[in-house]
Amino acid sequence: MPFPGNKSLIQPKFRQVINKELCRRCKRCILSCGFGALKFENGVVGIAEKCVACHRCVNVCPEGAITIQFSELSYRPHSYWRPDIIEELYCQAETGGVVLASMGNEREFRSYFDHIVIDACQVTNPSIDPLREPMELRTFIGRKPDKIEVEKTHDNHYKLKTKLPRNVVLDTPIIFGGMSLGSISLQAQKALAMAAQRCGILMNSGEGGLHKELHPYAEHIIVQCASGRFGVNREYLERSAMIEIKIGQGAKPGIGGHLPGEKVTAPISETRMIPIGTDALSPAPHHDIYSIEDLRQLIFSLKEATRYEKPVCVKISAVHNVAAIASGITRAGADAIYIDGFRGGTGAAPKTVRDNVGIPIELALAAVDDQLRREGIRNQVSLIAAGGIRTAGDMIKAIGLGADAVAICTAALIALGCHMCQQCHTGNCSWGIATQRPELTRRLDPEWGAERLVNLVNAWSYELKEVLGLLGVNAVESFRGNRERLRGVGLNEVELRILGIKHAGE
Amino acid sequence: MREISGCGHIGIFDQSGKLYDGELVMRAIAAMHERGNGLGGGFAVYGCYPEYRDYYAFHLIFDDEHVRKEAESFLEEKFFIEYAEPIPVEQSKRLYTEKSSGINPEEERPEIVPPLLWRYFAKTQKSDSEKHISDDDYVVSMVMHINEKIDGAYVISSGKNMGVFKGVGYAEDLAEFFKIADYRGYAWVGHTRFPTNTPGWWGGAHPFTLLDWAVTHNGEISSYGINKRHLEMFGYKCTLMTDTEVMTYILDLLIRRHKLPIEIALKAVAPPFWKNIDRMPDEERELIKALRMVYGSLMVNGPFAIIFAWSRGMVGINDRIKLRPMVAGVKGERVFISSEESAIREICPEPDRVWNPRAGQPVIAELKEEPEYAVSRK
Repeated sequence: MPFPGNKSLIQPKFRQVINKELCRRCKRCILSCGFGALKFENGVVGIAEKCVACHRCVNVCPEGAITIQFSELSYRPHSYWRPDIIEELYCQAETGGVVLASMGNEREFRSYFDHIVIDACQVTNPSIDPLREPMELRTFIGRKPDKIEVEKTHDNHYKLKTKLPRNVVLDTPIIFGGMSLGSISLQAQKALAMAAQRCGILMNSGEGGLHKELHPYAEHIIVQCASGRFGVNREYLERSAMIEIKIGQGAKPGIGGHLPGEKVTAPISETRMIPIGTDALSPAPHHDIYSIEDLRQLIFSLKEATRYEKPVCVKISAVHNVAAIASGITRAGADAIYIDGFRGGTGAAPKTVRDNVGIPIELALAAVDDQLRREGIRNQVSLIAAGGIRTAGDMIKAIGLGADAVAICTAALIALGCHMCQQCHTGNCSWGIATQRPELTRRLDPEWGAERLVNLVNAWSYELKEVLGLLGVNAVESFRGNRERLRGVGLNEVELRILGIKHAGE
Repeated sequence: MREISGCGHIGIFDQSGKLYDGELVMRAIAAMHERGNGLGGGFAVYGCYPEYRDYYAFHLIFDDEHVRKEAESFLEEKFFIEYAEPIPVEQSKRLYTEKSSGINPEEERPEIVPPLLWRYFAKTQKSDSEKHISDDDYVVSMVMHINEKIDGAYVISSGKNMGVFKGVGYAEDLAEFFKIADYRGYAWVGHTRFPTNTPGWWGGAHPFTLLDWAVTHNGEISSYGINKRHLEMFGYKCTLMTDTEVMTYILDLLIRRHKLPIEIALKAVAPPFWKNIDRMPDEERELIKALRMVYGSLMVNGPFAIIFAWSRGMVGINDRIKLRPMVAGVKGERVFISSEESAIREICPEPDRVWNPRAGQPVIAELKEEPEYAVSRK
């Protein structure tokens, strides 16, 4: 219930400051705001309560006349009852609903990546210059046997006797993680697919089928089979490099998804195979997977359906018992496990779930890698770490902790122009990324987006090569899981034990 | 703390199986004096125990008599011991280490006190439940047990008709101490060490061994952490924290347990680059690709030159971009692998051929005839 007088108690967080002297009243800002936060009344006027600080108006203004500032309204300071908590309570009191949020966990939990440092060569072994020596990043995702057998050929050479399970090749250990058509626009998906093809990596369709405009990129696409099974049929499975069973998502472990009917436009209706305007509900669990043996059946159903030509990956969110779960998934026959930490993003999740459920990817990854090694099955499965990989530094540390590859979503969207306004769930994204409104999505040129994504992936790859070189190795597999080359700074003994690294100075 | 070191080494292999005494290897290693700092040296010899050729020859070091008793009672339980004795040493030989580059070196040379050194010639004595285990696997697990569980005891070597003599001190002093010149063998490996910290432990010197494998190593394995973790999945326990131990186990896993031909195993250890693999003929490309996919965690990365020997052969190999020196030479049936050409020329002034093997390209010497089994100990 709003307060008498129909005014919300929730205060605007930002306000637009418009320099009247610079403004030449072209109204581009008004047209470009997806949230309707600007109007024209004898000049441009901001509607502060609608502003989300997405900076689209700032960007389009030809005169540089707009800036966005924090709202200056102060609450009496209280370290416990903070303004954000007060406003969350107002919001629930007004609506009686679940507060929705987007992107990943925003709370100030310790980021372990920021407490890990990397070794370098000095004197006793030489570092390698990646500009002058080969530096290899090629990565194979999929199951590998314990050993191989060879046999002699008639001309006294050796040839491979063991038949290896199907693996997919990445030119650099980076994957664009699952973001469905619906959560993001077709233009954004196309940019990701084009970039994946140019970089020799993979993008993930997310749940919601594969739009026909993405079919040409099939060799670089991971198709997702999630609890709603939207868009899944045999052609869909075959039009892929790899299949992913999505059990959970880092931002909202244990809950499903809800694409509201107003976002189910014609292209989405077509790819999800549901009528226009109907809500697309993904159940919390897969209703054919209530236990690990059920997962095994789905893994092998998918493999049978694709004649064992596609590796099958299982995506789980990082939860307390993640190590044992990953071991079960490996034994159930998965070729790869995608572990999504609690910093992982989302197009919409209950704020309480986003901010309070799940564990950090660094700890989950280290625990899983250790457990699989203890059981002697680490080589049977590839580990893809995701959920909070922000920079090349994070990626490098994840690889050192044991990841075969990392998946990025939020970082990729930022490359496409996302300003982290965290309003994806509203569908009003002014940048044309997390929206289905045609007048907004057409702002994102897939070719422009693809170029930026290629730049990002190339930049991270250069940085990875640089670090491999200073570590004195020339192939990424010599650093993968090589925790000897990582050290912790400011971590306690339990944290160090779980991460499997020593403290700096040791 | 993981120890790191530079060093020099030499391998001599007679492909006709002819025996010769240890004087050659002594002279060669002395020629590379500058590559050591008195903190470790050692020798491996093949064909030195012909009278016990069917027995595992265990060389052990003990901290004290108490540990020796404990280890011996374990050995007696697990093995039938044919003969045991202290390893003969030149008692009058004093071992020193160079403490620093000191202004007054004579004062700065602390004397080294050797541990107890014993050798045992033994056959396996398995319980009913262990009957299915091969002799070699049995010996490996017993060696692992002693090294890990019996504090103060360490197995220096455990192969048949071969032995390793190593310790702290300059290699040429250790050669005199162990009376290396009195042994005869068809294959010899010598090593002198320049560790950058001072463990001062006899077990930490090279060569490292497992069964009849002996490995010496000049370099630092930058991939150590992942090599070790991969080996642990296959039951190896890397207790010494040295690079060379890891190298020994990798070769044991690939060649003995996974039964890969040596040249293929070496392709896993120092694989070709993808840019070259992509241009290979189909069959070869598929093989090397599979090696890199399956054994990527066993690739040895970082600067190294290694010499490894077993009862039928010897191999020298460099890392993929040759960051440490390795020279090879041939004279008749005799093959030399060394850190320096000078060491080869010292003992073989006019070799038929001397060359610098390319990065990642192994030099392989193998027995063409059965070794000559004259009584080798004078």
